[in-house]
Amino acid sequence: MAAGIKDKVAILGMGCSKFGERWDAGPEELMVEAYLEAMQDAGIEPTQIDAAWFSTHIDETGTGKGGTPMSLALRLPNIAVTRVENFCAGGSEALRGAVYAVASGAADIAIALGVEKLKDTGYGGLPVGNAGTLIPQWAPSGSAPGNFAQLASAYRAKHGVSKEDLKRAIAHVSVKSHANGAKNPKAHLRNAVTEEQVMNAPMIAEPLGLFDCCGVSDGAAAAIVTTPEIARALGKKDIVTVKAMQLAVSNGLESQHNSWDGSYFHTARIAAKKAYAEAGIQRPREEVSMMEVHDCFSITELVTMEDLFISPEGHAVKDVMDGFYDADGKVPCQIDGGLKCFGHPIGASGLRMAYEMYLQLQGRAGERQLAAPKIGLTHNLGGAPASNVCSVTIIGALGA
Amino acid sequence: MAQQSIGLTGFGGYIPRLRLQRKAVAQANAWIAPNFLGKGKGERSMANWDEDAVTMAVEAARDLLGPDDDRSHVDALFFGSTTMPFKDRLNAGIISAALTLDETVRAVDVASTQRAGTSALLQALTAVKAGEAKHALVLAADHRKARAASAQELDFGDGAAAISVGTENVIAKYLGGASLTVDFVDHFRGSAEEFDYNWEERWIRDEGYSKIVPRAVKAALDNAGVKAEEIKHFVLPCTFGDKFVQQLAKKSGIAPEAARDTLAANCGETGAAHSLVMLIHALQKDAKPGEKVLVLHFGGGCDALVFETTDKLSTQSGKRGIAGSLANRKEETNYLKFLTFNGLIEWEQGMRAEQDKKTALTTLYRNEDMLMGLVGGRCTETGVVQFPRSRISVNPNNHTVDTQEPYKFAERKAKILSWSADFLSASMNPPNHYGMVVFDEGGRIMMDFTDVEQGTVDSGMEVKLVFRIKDFDEKRGFRRYFWKAVPILKEQAKSQAAE
Repeated sequence: MAAGIKDKVAILGMGCSKFGERWDAGPEELMVEAYLEAMQDAGIEPTQIDAAWFSTHIDETGTGKGGTPMSLALRLPNIAVTRVENFCAGGSEALRGAVYAVASGAADIAIALGVEKLKDTGYGGLPVGNAGTLIPQWAPSGSAPGNFAQLASAYRAKHGVSKEDLKRAIAHVSVKSHANGAKNPKAHLRNAVTEEQVMNAPMIAEPLGLFDCCGVSDGAAAAIVTTPEIARALGKKDIVTVKAMQLAVSNGLESQHNSWDGSYFHTARIAAKKAYAEAGIQRPREEVSMMEVHDCFSITELVTMEDLFISPEGHAVKDVMDGFYDADGKVPCQIDGGLKCFGHPIGASGLRMAYEMYLQLQGRAGERQLAAPKIGLTHNLGGAPASNVCSVTIIGALGA
Repeated sequence: MAQQSIGLTGFGGYIPRLRLQRKAVAQANAWIAPNFLGKGKGERSMANWDEDAVTMAVEAARDLLGPDDDRSHVDALFFGSTTMPFKDRLNAGIISAALTLDETVRAVDVASTQRAGTSALLQALTAVKAGEAKHALVLAADHRKARAASAQELDFGDGAAAISVGTENVIAKYLGGASLTVDFVDHFRGSAEEFDYNWEERWIRDEGYSKIVPRAVKAALDNAGVKAEEIKHFVLPCTFGDKFVQQLAKKSGIAPEAARDTLAANCGETGAAHSLVMLIHALQKDAKPGEKVLVLHFGGGCDALVFETTDKLSTQSGKRGIAGSLANRKEETNYLKFLTFNGLIEWEQGMRAEQDKKTALTTLYRNEDMLMGLVGGRCTETGVVQFPRSRISVNPNNHTVDTQEPYKFAERKAKILSWSADFLSASMNPPNHYGMVVFDEGGRIMMDFTDVEQGTVDSGMEVKLVFRIKDFDEKRGFRRYFWKAVPILKEQAKSQAAE
């Protein structure tokens, strides 16, 4: 196995726009907002950036294809800008590109930026996408909640969980994220909710109600990366480094072969195992301080707790109900509110997750700051349970 | 050597499960059409939003053909309908692709008259008699359209019939027949029109049916060498009431009790399919070996065919046919749903429905057996089956290359692995049900569900597969088809197993 990325790249600065229904801002304004914060945090000039990776997913809402939207918005000094797109995991992909560029020595300083302007469609939910010429001729013309909701039916069948018990557990997942999001000034949704409210909300895709679904938000997030040596030379202390970056992509097994039971993410388990190995983590339940996972829907977060080997298989319901993942639990999850409440601007989400872990590791998370976290994990999915890409990234204090 | 007997060798039927209660229609329209309150009795079949003449014909044909993979014996296909979805694209060709018939099949659309079903049957009999075909398949179906608050809306029904014609295992010998061609315009539908224009019923009854039908009966009986009093089953679709049909039989010298139930009370008149629907119903319910059956269909004249049942009739006892279809019913009292399904109302579908449904015809043709016939692949080395077929096998233990042969999924047993009822995505019948369907013998497909009883779906439930409309491309007048899963309720699953 390759030596891996551990401690080869440091985060020099990060920025994140306010997420939400940003009627006031187009993609350019959102990008600038995240970029200026990251640049100020890094303390560098634009001319010091060697290369850029740009993540945006949906062409239909006007951000545009290619590398130009980012270069134009930020007036970058004619450097390389690579657009990446990997469904909802594009933000993590942009970061991976920038980190690998630095690790290879091709760039001293690189920037990753993700943006999505979703609220120019005229309706709620994600824009209806185009999947080429063959898939629409046979695949269900469903929605993201309808695809992810299927985890619930399969999980119940596999583990013998009642409809009511699962509904309450996933409600707790959302209640916890709302409580966390309420403390985050950049979050889209900042209201606390109760389990009863969540359970009685209008149905979106059975069994997911309105509060089981994440916010559809506008936003941007950015990371500037370099080597630990350069970071130190630039005067940085409390250096945060990348410990692992893994991406696993479905190859059709889940959607075409009967060995997959529909209740978990095949890719997440593979990416998590590889990431723990890369980061040198043996006992994730004990060693991971905190997580930002891809809670596009409450049921996704619940099964992910098992896919990341934090909860033993079949025990996520109990851990969730025990408050294991709450802000005051053993492994706080979605401490910034998660996709659920911070919001989910597709191309930016992976970077937003890293932003929260970075702030927490530097002790800069304000009201929601955890006590001395060492290792943060981000889990960023793209696609649907039956066919997806899954990114697991681990960052931590240098030397941790 | 005795002359080889030609006749019907099998049948199948399909009536959509929904039964619109006429009372609901009559009451909703009473303010504008109080004259129809008296017609507000019984029920009529009502196609789901994703059904048309083609999909219903496919269902009837599958009932006839059974689950066998090999359908290569079918060498001719005659499809009769006046509501074919395409004016210029062989509708029988769509059916042929869905049934995975051999490309050497002679497929013909027979249209433009209510007697398109019987005319299709006559063509099949002629082809077999001439030795041009050995196993001809005759399908007739109509998805009938009528204006809201019209008499037709109450009289009509949707449905399909399938009949095979050949020389072996004949269940009803063809004794002879006749066709009268008379340009008697009781109704018409111009080529750009959606609805029929109807003339006065009394004239149609007295000058049309009463005069033209007896002439056709006489000609057919003469040709068949059969006496009127020998006719045991008199099959004539007609919306003027069963009493009138009995009188017509009597007028031709046939016992009034030979007149078959027109299924007005529990089905409605299924257009070009209806004579065959009634014939199959007769063969299933009352006909015994050695009985003579006269099948008539009025329209631009009249077709008349005389058959004699044989002792092979019992070979068809396992068929759903029309009797089984009529027994599989779900009452629908929501008249607005009927109007919506039939495109008779402009309703707010939401912005999600604005997505362009343009179909790449190149892609469709390249993947024809997959999309139309639900044909996937089976690895000849490992036996692993999958959908869709691919050059490199999905088998995680052995990604064999170029080892797959075509493998048909449509008739195989399957269950639901995961599902959801989705209120968000655009749907003609929300919530949109779909999920992962897993086949008992291997393979799985994420697919749409249809004919769903909301609140009854769960993992582990059995499903059967049906060929349905996937999407309408209203901009271009195209519609695409694919297969969907129908969850089978436990009681239904049990009673089917008992059968």
